[in-house]
Amino acid sequence: MPQTESTLPAGQVSMELAQSAGYTKKELPNSLSAWGYALLIAGVILSVISFMIDPARASFGYLTAYIFLLCISVGSLFLVTMEYVSGAVWSVPFRRISELFAASVPFLLLLIIPLFFSMKHLFAWMNPEVVAHDKVWQARMSYLNVPFFIIRDVIILLIWWAFYFFIIRNSRKQDSVADQSLTTINIKLSAAFIPIFAFTVSVLSFDWLMSMVPKWYSTIFGVYIFADAAWVGFAVVTLASVLLNEKGYLSPKIKNDHYYSLGTWMFAFTVFWAYIAFSQYMLQWYGNLPEEIIYYINRWNGGWKYVSLILVIAHFIVPFLFLVPRGSKTNPKILIFASIWIIATQYLDSYWLVMPSMVNNGFTYTFNPIDFAFPIAAVGLMIVIFTTAAKKHNLLPIGDPKLKRSWDFHL
Amino acid sequence: MADEKKLFGVAALFDTADEIFNAAKKVNEAGFKNYDVNTPYPIHGIERAMKLKSSKLGYVTLFFGFFGASSILFFMWWALAVNYPLVIGGKPYFPLPAFVPITFEFTVLNAVVSTFIAMIAIVFNLPFNAHPLHDTNYMKNVTSDKYGVVIESDDPQFDENKVTEFLKSLGGKSIELIHNPEPKILKAFEPKFVVFLIIVAIITSASTYVTLNKFMYLPPFDFMLNQNKGSAQAESTFFRDKREMREPAKGTVARGFIPYAFNDPADTTEFYSDPLLPTKKVLKLGQRKFLTFCSPCHGNYADGNSRLRGFFPPGPTLHSAKVIGYSDGQIYNIITNGMQGIMPSYAYQTTRDERWAIVNYIRVLQRAQNPKPSDFSAISELIKESGNASN
Repeated sequence: MPQTESTLPAGQVSMELAQSAGYTKKELPNSLSAWGYALLIAGVILSVISFMIDPARASFGYLTAYIFLLCISVGSLFLVTMEYVSGAVWSVPFRRISELFAASVPFLLLLIIPLFFSMKHLFAWMNPEVVAHDKVWQARMSYLNVPFFIIRDVIILLIWWAFYFFIIRNSRKQDSVADQSLTTINIKLSAAFIPIFAFTVSVLSFDWLMSMVPKWYSTIFGVYIFADAAWVGFAVVTLASVLLNEKGYLSPKIKNDHYYSLGTWMFAFTVFWAYIAFSQYMLQWYGNLPEEIIYYINRWNGGWKYVSLILVIAHFIVPFLFLVPRGSKTNPKILIFASIWIIATQYLDSYWLVMPSMVNNGFTYTFNPIDFAFPIAAVGLMIVIFTTAAKKHNLLPIGDPKLKRSWDFHL
Repeated sequence: MADEKKLFGVAALFDTADEIFNAAKKVNEAGFKNYDVNTPYPIHGIERAMKLKSSKLGYVTLFFGFFGASSILFFMWWALAVNYPLVIGGKPYFPLPAFVPITFEFTVLNAVVSTFIAMIAIVFNLPFNAHPLHDTNYMKNVTSDKYGVVIESDDPQFDENKVTEFLKSLGGKSIELIHNPEPKILKAFEPKFVVFLIIVAIITSASTYVTLNKFMYLPPFDFMLNQNKGSAQAESTFFRDKREMREPAKGTVARGFIPYAFNDPADTTEFYSDPLLPTKKVLKLGQRKFLTFCSPCHGNYADGNSRLRGFFPPGPTLHSAKVIGYSDGQIYNIITNGMQGIMPSYAYQTTRDERWAIVNYIRVLQRAQNPKPSDFSAISELIKESGNASN
């Protein structure tokens, strides 16, 4: 090897190093992307039909799916930046998987356009009559007005897209040039991204979710969405990595210790979500102020009681009990089950965040089968984006200087 | 002591982490069971090289975690919902969400502290805290820059010479024979230390006493005495009527108060019905209260033949057709409001339930004077049963 290093191009050297660890670049099966396209097309057709039947109802369903996609994409981007900033070694083989999921960040810009057109269905403050009779709303109009609303949300998504673009470009470039300075640049970019992310995810969640409930406010709400995003970010990376690795697409050097770390992170964010969700609930329940408790009253009356209780069980108790034993965090089957469970629960959580707020704009919630159109489209879109991006790039960051150390990772 | 010179084990030192990794593997492969590896810092993967089983300490954590959660929940339920129920912030007596943070903290505290104590107890073999490895050359090295393995003498394969040769063959340096130390009494029971503890206790309590009972009344610390507060019987400078004690807000009702609409003995209360069942407990309570409050005038058997006959206006018999004809509600009303200006009200001496219990007991006394045929057969059956039981 020492002799060939000078003669071969850097990309080939890193490829040989990765191959010595058992990695060969393989195409993902075509059936996967076929499934993705099928789900996406079916979902999009159903969504368009639902928009034609009942645009108001459909826009709530669309917002649910959008929040779900936002959590996955920006959560995955956050994990990538976290790895750079913390200098973690164990997670290097999984970083590319997170990057492939983060490839949906640019699509957030595209997908938000229909939401801008359905704002009048979503928000009570869009109705001038309501605002004219309410001094609190009038005072808030300097922040909640349509031009500023659209401008700041587009700017936030552009910022995310810019960070995604530069970080991921550097990471992919490293595959062929194996240049360590690219890691250094990415560390700086990531360190800049994390505080910006903390602020912007709050703004977006305040805009799209909190402003649906008149006068309700909760300063911890952005953290709630962040907890969801990181949770589901770890769930998708665990699901994809474990599935791909068990089928032999990654490397046999990925051991139980790596799996254990993935499982630990899912477990940690399960508890973190419970901590944040309970912090929000307990203070508002105890304060019992009319403008605050209405959020939870909407999520208790009219059958939502059962959804709320199911959410407590599915979002906290079940993953907690599943992921507590050491053995389950190294068992691929349990990890796959837990991560699918988490992704499904995340959709339920988005649904629970959006749907009970329909009441505030004069609608009554009834269950409607068109709600299934949007998750189908969202899952299909994720698979299509993932498989398309995976076709062009390696599934491991083969040029990363930490990759070799990562094979020796022990707990 | 016999143990004094007994060999504890043979120790060897190694220079690098790789060597100790290899040595641990070899020692394990050679079949030794009782051996240990000491390193200056945690080496990842050494537990797999030594083939250690996963620690059982987690079960201690689990048990005490559950114990902490259930005990603190039980305590808060008992204290705030059973023993001294308080309405706080309009919440139920047992507001679970408000108790979750305390439960969480107590669970973690219990689990962590018990795990720590259990670990110390197992490692140090409490109450003894002297380990043979303490104060050896070996321990001095492995706590700075060397990696050591020690094979203990209670291993079934142990043989001093063979083990020494074996460790040398692995590349171990400065082989050291480690002996059990002289058994010492615990330092905690030395007379000097006990006296020291007693002195500390006396100084602490004396200074606490002086602080709380003397210093707090001296000028810089007496701010608690000279604060703005209302004394019960003092003149108020704040309220216009100059009264410091305030009346409760209009419509204030005592806890457990059940309104009673009839304030006149002449009110018609026939429809007012008895809320209690005539259980044994209720009748016992009624008997006790009847003997305390009613029997002085009405007599122990409610026949008007009382011990105060001749001193007070006589209480009438309660076995007259008129009283038997009263409804429960009427008797209750008489106890509550008094009768004919002679019998006083007993509303303040007895609670609502006690009055109803008295009504029940009066019915029992009346039935005893005018039994039905079914009562005789029931009593004879009772006598038979008790006769069988005594046989």
